[in-house]
Amino acid sequence: MDRLHGQVVVAGTAAGAVLYATQPLSFWGGYDAASGRITDTHHPLAGETAAGKALVLPATRGSSTTTAVLLEAIRRKTAPAALITRGVDAFLALACVVGQEMYGRSPALVSVDEDVFRRLAAWPRLEVADRALTRVDG
Amino acid sequence: MMGTGESGAVRLSPFDRALLAGEEGEAPQLAMRILARMAEVRGAGAMLDIEAAHIDSTIYVGDAGLEFAERLAGLGARVRVPSTLNVSGLDEFHWQEWSVPAEWAEKSARQMRAYDSMGTIPTWTCAPYQGRQTPRFGQQIAWGESNAVAFANSVIGARTERYPDLLDICCAITGRAPAVGLHLDENRLATRVLRLREIPEDLAAADDFYPVLGHLLGPFAEDDPVAIAGLPVLPEEDQLKALGAAAASSGAVALFHIPGVTPEAPTLADALGGREPVAILDVGLAELRAARRELTTHDGGALDMVVLGSPHFSFAEFGKLAALLRKRGPERAVPEEGGCALVVTTSRAVRDLAERAGLLEPLHAFGGRLMVDTCVLATPMTPGTTRRLMTNSAKYAWYSPGLLGSAVAFGSLAECVESARRGRVVREPGPWD
Repeated sequence: MDRLHGQVVVAGTAAGAVLYATQPLSFWGGYDAASGRITDTHHPLAGETAAGKALVLPATRGSSTTTAVLLEAIRRKTAPAALITRGVDAFLALACVVGQEMYGRSPALVSVDEDVFRRLAAWPRLEVADRALTRVDG
Repeated sequence: MMGTGESGAVRLSPFDRALLAGEEGEAPQLAMRILARMAEVRGAGAMLDIEAAHIDSTIYVGDAGLEFAERLAGLGARVRVPSTLNVSGLDEFHWQEWSVPAEWAEKSARQMRAYDSMGTIPTWTCAPYQGRQTPRFGQQIAWGESNAVAFANSVIGARTERYPDLLDICCAITGRAPAVGLHLDENRLATRVLRLREIPEDLAAADDFYPVLGHLLGPFAEDDPVAIAGLPVLPEEDQLKALGAAAASSGAVALFHIPGVTPEAPTLADALGGREPVAILDVGLAELRAARRELTTHDGGALDMVVLGSPHFSFAEFGKLAALLRKRGPERAVPEEGGCALVVTTSRAVRDLAERAGLLEPLHAFGGRLMVDTCVLATPMTPGTTRRLMTNSAKYAWYSPGLLGSAVAFGSLAECVESARRGRVVREPGPWD
């Protein structure tokens, strides 16, 4: 069983299919909070549904409205179950912190180093329990 | 926006602790609780005082942002520093002229009222640096809106992180911000250099050069301060504005230096703090042409709308547009007969100035329309039949395929005007050829 560790940014437990990309994503103009789908036509995950999944991205990009879009997805329960980034992404962290203040819930947010980030590319599903990431096959 | 991720105690001042304890009321308490948590996430050692804020949280994107605004307003929140407001989700007094659903209008207006109630300055613009509330060199500020952040840091030399929605208002209510990132001297030096190679002066003086350069700069810079070397001309303010907006769309650029142009970079060595860059990107005409092509997803075909003004059109830009419209005359295919709409987005203040200066008459004669307070990306103003856009803004070009589901053509201001006149994408011979 593969188990890797990151750093807890916003604590939580979650499990889901891995959606992995090496390109950063702007949630404004890139994530549809109504459906939980990735809509940024410049992004390799365009068209994928991220709601309830483990979304693995290096970071966010561009618009400062990213946090409001992720907060809206948290409100509508269309947010990813877990967000894993290479280094701490403060935009995602803020949406999770305010999600807990406003709605008492948020995705689990974990930051990982470059090596762990690369290894996650091959994982089909994963479980998050605070700082531990566990590979789940099948 | 990246942090060190080092968790650890943030040194809170007695004032910060008083806010956390609720001694100033529930709104500052909630705002400081979020700020202190984010200071920890960012690995901040302390908090610092800010002198101004620009609030991007005004954009209505859904009920969550509205509920957050109304929660703060309901707790009696007041800003502690002069705070300008970014675009909203609505042209407040003219939304009925567009395809805006009534429910969206009602909720956007509620969000506007909530931020209005906090003692803010109702600028409703994404270009606050071209109004009367422009920050000064060296001031600590907390600004949201990615293009405004790039301009404030780079062109003015004020100091701000890229404040996301929800956090900008927390800073404004408390007058405090985590002491991290671009607030601190040591993080403002360029670590990367984009070197322009043999760029003809007429191209570097063209208005459509800067969005293209910014489009290239974004992915290269990652989120580090970056220097641009080898620019053969002195750019105008609106050209620097277009550069920053493009770089903050294709990337996360919050600070760029241009030696001899921007205030923290008298020379390239100053921009780099005397250190070697970690990366250099050489850019010539071929790379720029490729980037320009990337900004266009359809070319040569019929157009539904030409849209100008992201970031919001300035007084100087209205002057250029008026001159182009006067020169070419109003004859054109009218929208009702399958022609193309021409829309300019700007702020209330700039619209009023342009009107008094007579700069709007040629636009009205052409049948063009103005939209204030918001932009085509932030309000659902375009009918579903608007599928083919043209713009001179790299920011509009970048976001409209994802946000509006439209095809887009990028061009110069002159090409946009001529294309609006003919109802199809028109390319003009120029320095790109």
